[in-house]
Amino acid sequence: MSKARTSIARTGAVHVALIAYTLVALFPVFLTIANSFKNRNAIFREPLAIPTPESFSLIGYETVLKQGDFIGYFQNSVVVTVVSIALVLLFGAMAAFALSEYRFRGNTLMGLYLALGIMIPIRLGTVAILQGMVATNLVNTLTALILVYTAQGLPLAVFILSEFMRTVSDDLKNAGRVDGLSEYAIFFRLVLPLVRPAMATVAVFTMIPIWNDLWFPLILAPAETTKTVTLGSQIFIGQFVTNWNAVLSALSLAIFPVLVLYVIFSRQLIRGITAGAVK
Amino acid sequence: MGSLQLQSIRKAYGGHEVLKGIDLEVKDGEFVIFVGPSGCGKSTLLRTIAGLEDATSGSVQIDGVEVGHVAPAKRGIAMVFQSYALYPHLTVKDNMGLGLKQAGVPKPEIEEKVGKAAGMLSLEPYLARRPAELSGGQRQRVAIGRAIVREPKLFLFDEPLSNLDAALRVNTRLEIARLHRSLKATMIYVTHDQVEAMTLADKIVVLNGGRIEQVGSPMELYNRPANLFVAGFIGSPQMNFIDGERFGDSAKTVGIRPEHIGLSRDGGQWKAKVIHVEHLGADTIVYLESDEVGPLTVRLFGEHRYAADDVVHATPVIGGMHRFDAEGRVINSGR
Repeated sequence: MSKARTSIARTGAVHVALIAYTLVALFPVFLTIANSFKNRNAIFREPLAIPTPESFSLIGYETVLKQGDFIGYFQNSVVVTVVSIALVLLFGAMAAFALSEYRFRGNTLMGLYLALGIMIPIRLGTVAILQGMVATNLVNTLTALILVYTAQGLPLAVFILSEFMRTVSDDLKNAGRVDGLSEYAIFFRLVLPLVRPAMATVAVFTMIPIWNDLWFPLILAPAETTKTVTLGSQIFIGQFVTNWNAVLSALSLAIFPVLVLYVIFSRQLIRGITAGAVK
Repeated sequence: MGSLQLQSIRKAYGGHEVLKGIDLEVKDGEFVIFVGPSGCGKSTLLRTIAGLEDATSGSVQIDGVEVGHVAPAKRGIAMVFQSYALYPHLTVKDNMGLGLKQAGVPKPEIEEKVGKAAGMLSLEPYLARRPAELSGGQRQRVAIGRAIVREPKLFLFDEPLSNLDAALRVNTRLEIARLHRSLKATMIYVTHDQVEAMTLADKIVVLNGGRIEQVGSPMELYNRPANLFVAGFIGSPQMNFIDGERFGDSAKTVGIRPEHIGLSRDGGQWKAKVIHVEHLGADTIVYLESDEVGPLTVRLFGEHRYAADDVVHATPVIGGMHRFDAEGRVINSGR
């Protein structure tokens, strides 16, 4: 920003607003992590205090690692999330490419149909989905979750990616055709690298709800071997007694994989290689 | 080798017809330019030749072979795009070699051809760079290099100079003219800039509203325009059109090029008042308003000391008049 257009007061106001928002956004995370390192009494006596030598305790983490197969839950969550994102990105991008690149009868209608899922929550179909999974013997498998999450993520992916793919220069695709690239090569080697920032956006939007979801793991895959982290943490929440140390520790641990995935994708958001391709 | 025949090419999008029956013959080694206002169908025609668009009807033949159902890469063409369309993730060398690689040409041969093309376009220092690290002129040279490497029967240029600034445009224009001479290849070039068309072409095809208005060498079009559209489109400043009735001519419209009118302060055919004068150094453009024939533009060579509100006399050069009938067709050309 140029100096001429900014004043200290305005910059200050912007910073105050942003800092306030950051504090509000980070507060729950801070609370979860801070309290996960305290003993039970300290959590209830002073929930806002940071851990001191007296109140410091790893009892929550010990419980989490001893009780239940938490490493397994993590693996399940990671497998489901990563495979679902990969499928959403692959199929979403392919559908988006077809919608934006080829002129065919019913193109607009097809685009609307594919985007319909954004407005209709997939959970409305839970009963039918469960019946389907039972019929196909997929209950209590990670495949069931992956299929549902892929379906859930596709509408938004198709919608966002087709908008972005329209911005990829026609000349570039045509140059590929003249050079003898197949339509698949044009898609994978020319178009995908150029819409990478959009792919990263879609990946982030798809990832968070999948990782945090409790509904479908509870209904479709509640078995011990297929539990996800979110579902696994629920064993510490009882109707009458809740093991807060364990719950907070489990949630703190669950934050890190998401953080890692987010960092990977957000790097892609920043990096753009489109510059110079087309004026 | 590289001749092209187009027979009654039509192209419609939905109900809207963009090309309304184009017949054209391009001989081996010719430099042909499609020129016309925007929306006249020139780019669509080029894309149809390239195979990027399918004609609704009609036939495209390259070297006598019907290519209507042949993929662009198999037609023996190479295309240079207005926006360069370089592959952003590949180096200059890989950009130029991709077409050959796809065609299964052995590596050493690709290296050799890329090296040769890079030499022709003085691109050797940049072979390892990516498009983002090049200037606009260099990028367009890479795009031209990519076309040369494929040794096509036909070069297709789609407004290749439009994105370059004025000085670079002249240089690149010279470069393309030089390439045409040294490669002796058939080139088809689309532009809306009549200066490019006049300076580069062996043959100009003037298009308007999806039809060919006239085909001819630059001087033919300048000296003997077939109709009002071509007369107005070729030449800058535009030809003066005067209602024939205003000075007792049987033609509906009479056209006189600005450079074919003489000016004098003492006497001449039409008395007129100077509205505005543009001094360009080599030329002086004088805008007149005459009671007899209406507004006139006059182009004088060299410097002249006319100023607004001067009263002058304009006289058309003998044989400089083009006469057109009510349909806009030429009656008999001035020369």
